[in-house]
Amino acid sequence: MKYKSQKVAYWFFALCMLLFALQLVYGFVMGFARIGMDGLHEVVPFNTARAVHTNLLVLWLLTGFMGAAYYIIPEESKRELISVKLAYVQLISLALVGVAALVGFHFNIWEGRKFLEIPRELDYLVVVNVLLFLGLILGTLYKAKQRTTTSLVLTMGLVFAALLYLPGMIWFDSQVTDSFFRWWVVHLWVEGVWELIMGGILSFLLIKLTGVDREVIEKWLYVIVGLTFLSGILGTGHHYYYIGVNKIWLIVGGIFSALEPLAFLAMALFAVYMYRKGEKSHPNKIALFWTIGASIVSFVGAGLLGFAHTLPQTNLYTHGTLVTAMHGHYAFWGAYAMIVLAIISYALPNLTGRKHYDNKNGHLAFWLANIGMLGMTVAFGVAGVIQVYMERRLKMEFMEVQNETKVHFVVLILCATIFTIGIGLYIYEFIKYGRPNDEALVKED
Amino acid sequence: MLSKSQARAFFLGGTVVTFLIFIGLTVYSFMPRNDQTNHASITKDVIRGKELWETNNCMGCHSIMGEGGYYAPELTKVVERKGEAYVKIVLQSKEPWGPRGRKMVAYGMNDADADAMVAYFNWISKIDLNGFDRVVSPLSKDKN
Repeated sequence: MKYKSQKVAYWFFALCMLLFALQLVYGFVMGFARIGMDGLHEVVPFNTARAVHTNLLVLWLLTGFMGAAYYIIPEESKRELISVKLAYVQLISLALVGVAALVGFHFNIWEGRKFLEIPRELDYLVVVNVLLFLGLILGTLYKAKQRTTTSLVLTMGLVFAALLYLPGMIWFDSQVTDSFFRWWVVHLWVEGVWELIMGGILSFLLIKLTGVDREVIEKWLYVIVGLTFLSGILGTGHHYYYIGVNKIWLIVGGIFSALEPLAFLAMALFAVYMYRKGEKSHPNKIALFWTIGASIVSFVGAGLLGFAHTLPQTNLYTHGTLVTAMHGHYAFWGAYAMIVLAIISYALPNLTGRKHYDNKNGHLAFWLANIGMLGMTVAFGVAGVIQVYMERRLKMEFMEVQNETKVHFVVLILCATIFTIGIGLYIYEFIKYGRPNDEALVKED
Repeated sequence: MLSKSQARAFFLGGTVVTFLIFIGLTVYSFMPRNDQTNHASITKDVIRGKELWETNNCMGCHSIMGEGGYYAPELTKVVERKGEAYVKIVLQSKEPWGPRGRKMVAYGMNDADADAMVAYFNWISKIDLNGFDRVVSPLSKDKN
């Protein structure tokens, strides 16, 4: 690392690992419940497990993005963070708010709005926490010796993500209006501003890992995030087809969401091309695997699998089925989980000074996690297609169909076990690296 | 060849234009003449039903208008499909409801709350869902 204050990123990454591990536990609770093994129903009913599972995902990814920003912004700005103490205050308060929300879910304290289950009272604390985070990042950028496109795109993504949280806090009497604006948060996060964050992190990693000229990489970064917003903003319409709003969204959503894979395709081509153009001399091969992997898997998961059911004619049948879970799992994994694991893999040797770049466990973690997640995606996909056919074409009852899909959830649990072993190895390596220390400081070029 | 400033202009220009169109379409969607929800018929009971729907995180298992947890049945047309009495029995049950194997949390609702939930489901069932209601509730469609 080049700046002492970058060390704060390590603790965000450590919290990330803890939350990620916990997310997997609740995933298993849900998986077993689907095959009839719901012995925990009295303590952790399915709706609790689901809320905890999805909110932990959001929380650990946001923690990862924040850690990435605390690592990247000082290096890109060529200066220390304006306050390390406040960054630790922000970390602790984030963890406290997160834990309070997750514990509350077990006592029926929530909002019951998919992905936005945190009660409104806690939402205000989230806002204060995020404002503190943005204050530290923007303050550091304001005093920066240089402002790069990479740091600006990353920061823009973080600022927009904070702003877009606000529509989700408004109460509406109508379920339709509520759903409409809930998608402003959820869709415009994951298929909009989070892609800016992903693009910023990807750009930083490619600059560091490939050695390709910054100007070239950052020029294409603008094109990619341009494509993201061009398709993603109006692509929100694919959530509005069948929730009780005007038919105009069938056309607008259909056209623009069909264009959404372009941004992910551009990102995959961009990463692979920069890698091939680069020097290939950086020793941190594991970080490179996660970086290139993120760009390719996000194209398949978010781009192709999203496209598979985004047209209104198809979505009429797949809307509200396990097909969405198939797309959701592979998209979140490729686009966001893998990019967070990439930046952690890159930063860890630099923060701790231990250069275990090319270790066996690291490679094994990459492949097991990816094979496991691919298997889970296929299992969800098969169960989803069966559900669509039996429920919506053969008009069978919901639970009759669910019982027919049980076997696919057994496969899903097996694949989730492979995935968990991979993530377990990743966390084991994380712990083995030890803590960040000042001996790892290197002089700025 | 594309320059960095042209790429920046593409990003900023594209974002501003699409965002403005998005805002315009949002306003258009919520104009009273484009209302597909019969918004004026939202009663106090419907609002109370929505509150109960949210505070109990029903969406964590069930889905409504295709949105939810995919673990328990879709409820867009539940009253038409099962009848008001059945829905109230499920909501007021003090034992976990699970006739086909999957257990529901026992909410043991009082009469007023169960009525509010029914009012909420009835309001939802009358929304024009652009054809989705016929696909998602085939039994309801056949019945009618």
